[in-house]
Amino acid sequence: MTERAYKVYSISSGTVIDHIPTPLALRVVEILGLGNEGILTIGMGFTSKRLPEGKDIVKIENKVLTRDETDMIALIAPEATINIIEGGKVIEKRRISLPDGIRGVMRCPNPNCATNVLGAQRVFGLASPEGPLYRCRYCERTTKVEPDLLITSAGI
Amino acid sequence: MGFAGRSIISLHDMTAADLEVIMDTSGRIKAGRETGFLQGRTIAVMFFEASTRTRLSFESAIQRSGGTVIGFANPASSSQSKGESFADTISTVTGYCDAMVIRHPVEGSARLASDIASVPVINAGDGANQHPTQTFLDLFTMKESFGRLEGLHIGMLGDLKYGRTVHSLATAMAMFGARMTFISPHTLQMPDMIKRELSQAGVSFREVRQPEEAGDDLDVLYVTRIQRERFGDPQEYESVAHSFRVTADTIRGLGGRVLVMHPLPRVDEIAEDVDRLPNAIYFRQAHNGIPTRQALLGLVTGGLS
Ligand SMILES: [Zn+2]
Repeated sequence: MTERAYKVYSISSGTVIDHIPTPLALRVVEILGLGNEGILTIGMGFTSKRLPEGKDIVKIENKVLTRDETDMIALIAPEATINIIEGGKVIEKRRISLPDGIRGVMRCPNPNCATNVLGAQRVFGLASPEGPLYRCRYCERTTKVEPDLLITSAGI
Repeated sequence: MGFAGRSIISLHDMTAADLEVIMDTSGRIKAGRETGFLQGRTIAVMFFEASTRTRLSFESAIQRSGGTVIGFANPASSSQSKGESFADTISTVTGYCDAMVIRHPVEGSARLASDIASVPVINAGDGANQHPTQTFLDLFTMKESFGRLEGLHIGMLGDLKYGRTVHSLATAMAMFGARMTFISPHTLQMPDMIKRELSQAGVSFREVRQPEEAGDDLDVLYVTRIQRERFGDPQEYESVAHSFRVTADTIRGLGGRVLVMHPLPRVDEIAEDVDRLPNAIYFRQAHNGIPTRQALLGLVTGGLS
């Protein structure tokens, strides 16, 4: 199944995000804000030795994601691996790590925070890799990254 | 990092060296060796929520240094009550002054103001988050009393869960290698976030439930108010408030030499018989708000260096 999928959907250049735990592929696409950028292929529910619950794969044609962009994936799927493809070959295998900062894509759960009341930009800095915990630049509270705090293309 | 042009928003932006500069400068001002350094400078004091003592302390500090005060004392008199956005108010007033002091009930409001303003912003309290000048005057008072902060043993008593004053004090004392004992009922103990921060900084602290468990080597007992609203059951509040009330007997039980501090206003958490003891330094502590705020304003406006 996995073998066939790779053959059918292989891309000649772009970015392949592999080993996303099922069913997080759509959230990965949302967190990367990849709504309208070229051809996007999403495969879900492949079998995987590393992820017994199954894995998802996202392929983005003709777009090489930056390290800052791929590190955002670590917020929800730290197991994910990145392959950068050029001329039909893998030219870079990339591991992801937690971003030092998060801008825009996470909201602060504190209802009395300037980001929620006064229109301040949503900015967090990494406080602890365990959790992981991020500290809001405005109210200074630390927050565990939870899926419902991440902002999707639909708004929240 | 120097102080001229710098906003003072949070203890988390400050180093021990910064705090030393503020304490040294405050000492020079209190000794009368620095005067008139805000001459020709205008400071906007904007209180989007009422806090009379903090505002008077800032205004007195500005006037005693030769500066001019503009501003407002409560939101009803500000243009915000006419619907102007906070950002627009800051963008406008930044052109009227050399520095601004802001008190606002929203957490992060002072940081946001400092993003917008082209003059230094001093945070005079942003909701439950930070009130750095309170911490500066606390540190100055301890340094004035002991000649050092290193190695002091500080007991913090009362509502440690919601009290931003004790959170900032713990953050600051950690930079000076103080020992800390947290004295509170279980429901009001120091938040994990602060305890994690202290552990990461290698600070030794312990938690006890009653003042008499703090030992007899405390240098400072820092008392904060326990608010009735934190308790669902009025009887539980009464019993906790009673056992946390500091009296002359409490002081004797702690070895008799401990200095008692309080951010004020107090209700009845320190008995009046303590006022007459040499241990009580909370009014001197409040008065020290003047030289420390003078020092800060002088430093950020470049009037002092
Ligand atoms: Zn926040």
